[in-house]
Amino acid sequence: MPETEIDISARKRLAWRVAEVGKIIDETPRVKSLVLDVPGWPGHRPGQHVDVRLTAEDGYQAQRSYSVASAPESTHVILTIERIEGGEVSSYLASDVQAGDKFELRGPIGGYFVWTVAIGGPLFLVAGGSGIAPLMAMLRHRAAAQSTIPALLLYSSRTFEDIIYREELDRLAARSDGFKVVHTLTRRQPSGWTGGARRIDHSMLANLGLSANARPRIFICGPTSLVESAAQYLSDLGHERNLIKTERFGPTGG
Amino acid sequence: MDHQEETGLPLDGNAAAGLLGELFAVDVTAAEITCGMCGVVGLVGATRVYGGPMGAIFRCAHCDSVVMRLVRTPAGIWLDMRGSRRLLARVAP
Repeated sequence: MPETEIDISARKRLAWRVAEVGKIIDETPRVKSLVLDVPGWPGHRPGQHVDVRLTAEDGYQAQRSYSVASAPESTHVILTIERIEGGEVSSYLASDVQAGDKFELRGPIGGYFVWTVAIGGPLFLVAGGSGIAPLMAMLRHRAAAQSTIPALLLYSSRTFEDIIYREELDRLAARSDGFKVVHTLTRRQPSGWTGGARRIDHSMLANLGLSANARPRIFICGPTSLVESAAQYLSDLGHERNLIKTERFGPTGG
Repeated sequence: MDHQEETGLPLDGNAAAGLLGELFAVDVTAAEITCGMCGVVGLVGATRVYGGPMGAIFRCAHCDSVVMRLVRTPAGIWLDMRGSRRLLARVAP
């Protein structure tokens, strides 16, 4: 029987709402965060996602899912979008979108990949590329709730410039409230780099010193290959499969 | 994060939460589904999902059999659960 702390409560049918783009934040050369005003937004739990629907003038519609990157405590909904070559939705949201633009959104959805301070810890997050987004919602929530639950983030990016939320992660780690971040760069490392310099592998996970006996809540989000290999390595290291939650988003990213 | 750029690779059942939400009154991604083939119980959110906004095939994370199919057509939403024994949604009493 899987272990679950998720509340399943009856709720209203999913409704499409109009989101208006406020601020646009350039996170990296390929990634933007959209700060959205969503009238009627019912609130979310960290890790949940939304469906975004774009409608062209001829009526053609395209729909994609994006994780909410903001904390529930935030007054805005923030989506962090990586531009994917040939991606008809991401190329608009991460390149052409402008403040004041409106599009349809529904959510929050998905009660499986969710963590709140009430669930407890320790918390162990593994991210590849833009897979950091739902995990950032968890870390922002943890900080907003002034939690001291031990939290560790292992974050794989291609290069230093590709690290999303780099300065904010540094600030969160500087609070000395039990949060630690470990970066690894898979393609190129700046001189003097002291973090990891390869893809996430068994020894990297083993050397983080996070004992399976502590029963950490594990959330892994990123490209399929990273998610599947990290979940397997952690399972091999003795972590219970039920405590490992994954969110794949295809072959790109990280 | 962009879940569905037509990669052909499976996603997690959680990715189909929007489609499921069109049919069910509770969040089914957090419900437990028993595979009709191998009998293993897992969360719907942890199944392997193939598909997109118009339909999804849910496969058991343990044995890869199809446990659920959900398709949106002009006629309505079709749900085929022949591959599962039962679904348990732990709703508050």
